[in-house]
Amino acid sequence: MIKTDILIIGAGPTGLFAVFEAGLLKLKCHLIDALPQPGGQCSEIYPKKPIYDIPGFPEVLAGDLVNNLMEQIKPFQPGFTLGERAETIEKLEDGTFVVITNKGTRHHAPVVAIAGGLGSFEPRKPLIPNIQQFEDRGVEYIIRNPEIYRNKRVVLAGGGDSALDWSVFLSNIASEVTLIHRRNEFRGALDSVEKVQELKKLGKINLITPAEVIGLRGINHLDSILIQHGETQTEEIIATDHFIPLFGLSPKLGPIADWGLEIEKNAIKVDNRLDYQTNIPGIYAIGDVNTYPGKLKLILCGFHEATLMCQSAYQRIFPDKRYVMKYTTVGGIDGFDGSRKEAPKAVIKSIN
Amino acid sequence: MQDITITIIDREGVSHKILAPTDMNMNLMEVMKSYEIAPEGTIGICGGMAMCASCQCYIESEHDLPEKNDEEEAMLSEAFFVKVNSRLGCQIPINSYLNGLKVTLAPAEN
Repeated sequence: MIKTDILIIGAGPTGLFAVFEAGLLKLKCHLIDALPQPGGQCSEIYPKKPIYDIPGFPEVLAGDLVNNLMEQIKPFQPGFTLGERAETIEKLEDGTFVVITNKGTRHHAPVVAIAGGLGSFEPRKPLIPNIQQFEDRGVEYIIRNPEIYRNKRVVLAGGGDSALDWSVFLSNIASEVTLIHRRNEFRGALDSVEKVQELKKLGKINLITPAEVIGLRGINHLDSILIQHGETQTEEIIATDHFIPLFGLSPKLGPIADWGLEIEKNAIKVDNRLDYQTNIPGIYAIGDVNTYPGKLKLILCGFHEATLMCQSAYQRIFPDKRYVMKYTTVGGIDGFDGSRKEAPKAVIKSIN
Repeated sequence: MQDITITIIDREGVSHKILAPTDMNMNLMEVMKSYEIAPEGTIGICGGMAMCASCQCYIESEHDLPEKNDEEEAMLSEAFFVKVNSRLGCQIPINSYLNGLKVTLAPAEN
């Protein structure tokens, strides 16, 4: 069981900055995120895109903002459970919470802060009528263990980096790799596109474009797919052991929606007069995942919400303690790792 | 600058005739959001970066629209329910030449 003071669900910019504000109050944080790396959308969706409305940064790349935040919170030694989705929450008799992920990792904390953004990123599933019937029976949306494709026939679909890169990777493992895309053009890093081109010439990747997978067949396990060629509209059956559609990720509020929280407009309602607490005392929601009158889904608003949430969390954890907010310029920063940052002392010296 | 009139058919088939400003640097997705044509969280999810297709619409009128850029082309090649007249609303800036535009919002993916 992982124990912490504030359990933060979502490691995007808002969740990361909450670690800093909590650290100033000597509260420890642990973050859960469904993605394999911290940074949320900033890392997953648009790391190379500039942001212009972070106060004090005329321009900052989303990926750099995440790197900076990670550096800023380092002294406060946050824990991470990455690649796992927060699944269930239980309020214990003493008012503390146990949150369990889809992989069974247990977390225990007196305060839970949901900084879940638009939700957890789930693979987009193509609209093939019977696709669910073949999930984990030949259809996989995420490649977890490439070894299961050894000496198997594999069909991938998609036009982005992951479809290209996995086609290249699997061409050394699978007995047959086919890549299907609705268009002739691919959107990916130039060298990925060139590599696929090269492997196609060598006969190691069978490229079918423009085409679309429209049907799946098999008794207990997938044994063939039906494709439709874009130009001729003719149909063709291709025998295969696996079909891996890689159409990117889309955010879903997911299991959090069933935690008994008040939901409005696909977001969690919070008390914005005070501390961004939800209808369940001890559970807060900050950043894009929350809603209140006048809400703006901006990173800078998430930072503010995280700050006020931490003050309230402190009061909740230590109801009898008094605390006044300190300026970092005055108080400096004492990391949990023993590090200390502080403003240099002014020199007192007479000038003769 | 003047407002223009746009007709939008929402996902329930209801037609909305709305006024859109041409001087606020808005795009079609943002106009639809501002009129709450679809519930929050089901349109403009990526914020207008052509990285989801939640603002996909079918252009029903004969307006001359700006060419699709590579990002829009790529997204539409992976989106669902795509037709020949599909465009991403976030990639269509509101200009005076769009007066009288008529679009239908494509179905949500889930």
